[in-house]
Amino acid sequence: MTPLARRRLGKILLNTAGVLVFLYAVFPVYWMVATGFKENDQIFTTEFVPFPTHFTFDHFSRVLSEGIANNSIWLYMRNSAIVALGTVLIGSAFALLSATAIARFRFKGRSVFLVVLLIVQMLPAEGLLIPLYMMVKRVGLGDHLLGLIVTQVALTLPFGVWMLRTFVAAVPKSLEEAAWIDGAGRMQAFWKVLFPLVAPGLVATSIFSFITAWNDLVFALYLMSGSEGYTMPVALQYFFGQKGVDWGAIMAGSTLMTVPVVIFFLLVQRRMVSGLVAGAVKG
Amino acid sequence: MANPTTVTRGGGSSPAPGHRRKKNAARARAGGLPAWSIPYVLLVPGLLVIAGLLLYPMFQLAVMAFQKVGLAQIRGTRPAEWVGLQNFENVLANDIFWSALRNTVVFAFVAVSLTLIVGTAVGVLLHKLGKKMSLFVVIGCMFAWAVPPVAQGVIWRSLFDAEAGIVNWALDLLPDWLAAPPDGQASWAGTPWLNDVLPLYIALVVCVVWAGFPFIAVSVLAGLKGIPNELYEAARVDGSGPWRTFTKITLPMLKPVFAVLTILSIIWDFKIFSQLYVLMNGPTNREGFNLSMYAVAEAFKPPQKLGTGAAISVVLTIILLIITVVYVRQIVKQEEM
Repeated sequence: MTPLARRRLGKILLNTAGVLVFLYAVFPVYWMVATGFKENDQIFTTEFVPFPTHFTFDHFSRVLSEGIANNSIWLYMRNSAIVALGTVLIGSAFALLSATAIARFRFKGRSVFLVVLLIVQMLPAEGLLIPLYMMVKRVGLGDHLLGLIVTQVALTLPFGVWMLRTFVAAVPKSLEEAAWIDGAGRMQAFWKVLFPLVAPGLVATSIFSFITAWNDLVFALYLMSGSEGYTMPVALQYFFGQKGVDWGAIMAGSTLMTVPVVIFFLLVQRRMVSGLVAGAVKG
Repeated sequence: MANPTTVTRGGGSSPAPGHRRKKNAARARAGGLPAWSIPYVLLVPGLLVIAGLLLYPMFQLAVMAFQKVGLAQIRGTRPAEWVGLQNFENVLANDIFWSALRNTVVFAFVAVSLTLIVGTAVGVLLHKLGKKMSLFVVIGCMFAWAVPPVAQGVIWRSLFDAEAGIVNWALDLLPDWLAAPPDGQASWAGTPWLNDVLPLYIALVVCVVWAGFPFIAVSVLAGLKGIPNELYEAARVDGSGPWRTFTKITLPMLKPVFAVLTILSIIWDFKIFSQLYVLMNGPTNREGFNLSMYAVAEAFKPPQKLGTGAAISVVLTIILLIITVVYVRQIVKQEEM
């Protein structure tokens, strides 16, 4: 075998491996979407049906019109959106203030705060749920979406601050100082100079918080007792009835829940990596 | 920390000449605050959330672990009763705790190992592929990573379904010496996966590895891109083979990345909840609980025993904190904090 032929073979093998990895990653997601469009006789079969031969929108229209647990699925989507957006609004504002403090100032207790940030990120949410459940009930926010928002702000804030601080640090301080010299106040310099430059980081952090809150199962499951307060992940559990599973409906519902997340995720995935692995990777 | 300077950034001294300095000093006070207090003022909302909703609840959790907290206490009709170590004694005397601990640890070990192996292999592959092909595969991987945990559980629950799942269909395609159907069955069709603990956890491992490998792969790829090419050139000149180059150059250079990835994966897999919840259809099969599920089931399944749930959570939290300390030390080493 000539070296050239060998190199060519190597390239073919590598690309084949690449395609296989692609299929491995994408197939289960494809299966979810495809099942949502299949007729029941193509879902409930021991045969492999690679794609729906009779396309049907039946499952989607069913979950959108009839819904589950006496509510339309729009209500659950709306609840999920309220919780996720509420978390983003409150959480991002708080995260930006904290990140500015860490990245722009040196002060007593700063390193302690940073270490605390890292540690609280790792606490098990299921453990926090138990005391937070008592707190939320005590202040009368049980069954209230606001109670859910508050818990999600707590869960997303540490990583949000961690992520944002690098963006604030990346804005040269001289820009702000130049603004002061030009007669702008500190607040004005912040809004006119720092804020626009940090905006991309703020978007990335917001999306991370949005996804976390949107995906949450355990808090929504136990803080909300009435079905009016269910979010999508909780509502989906209702498809798994006693009489067997309505796969068409549950896959349609899962697809509706997954699509917004995938779109957002593709926008910010690089930041997620650098935020988590910190200085270990100069990505 | 790594940075010993104590210069107050963004305040205090400015290089402006004398008559200007007065003006600046006046301006450095945002809304009439002295300059030194600005960072503390900025931190107030964040600190309130972290102290009030994370640190204080953790303290509460530790307190509740020594109390009896049931329905009467939740409603506020009766104050919580101190029971000393009774919650812990009850938990430790319960077989379910030990099976949950075993499930948690064994699952984390297997899932973390497999995720790291698959992820690293894919990361190396991405590094070797051409630009276009690499991007194509990365985007594919992002799909797996982006799926919400609940939807991950739903997807794999359907793939492992006894009748309609294609896992059984695929196993039937394989020759019998490779994948023989379970005892006394002519084929895999109808084999239930999610009832017994071992097959249930096999399904969970498959699900978690699939969703977790992309993060490892892109992190390893980022690490590989950071290794200077001269090192590989030198290795080639010295006649080092591909395997030797990998073990002698690539792995040592990626050591800090692997340290962080391993710790993060352990922490995540230790507290896995949503995927298991969907695969086992809620906290139903007690033998299949992990510690997260066991804590939640004790605390919220009627009759509610929040104290017992808190005791289990305390055990899990202590394990996680020990691992987290290692993580924080790694990060502090790498970061200019």
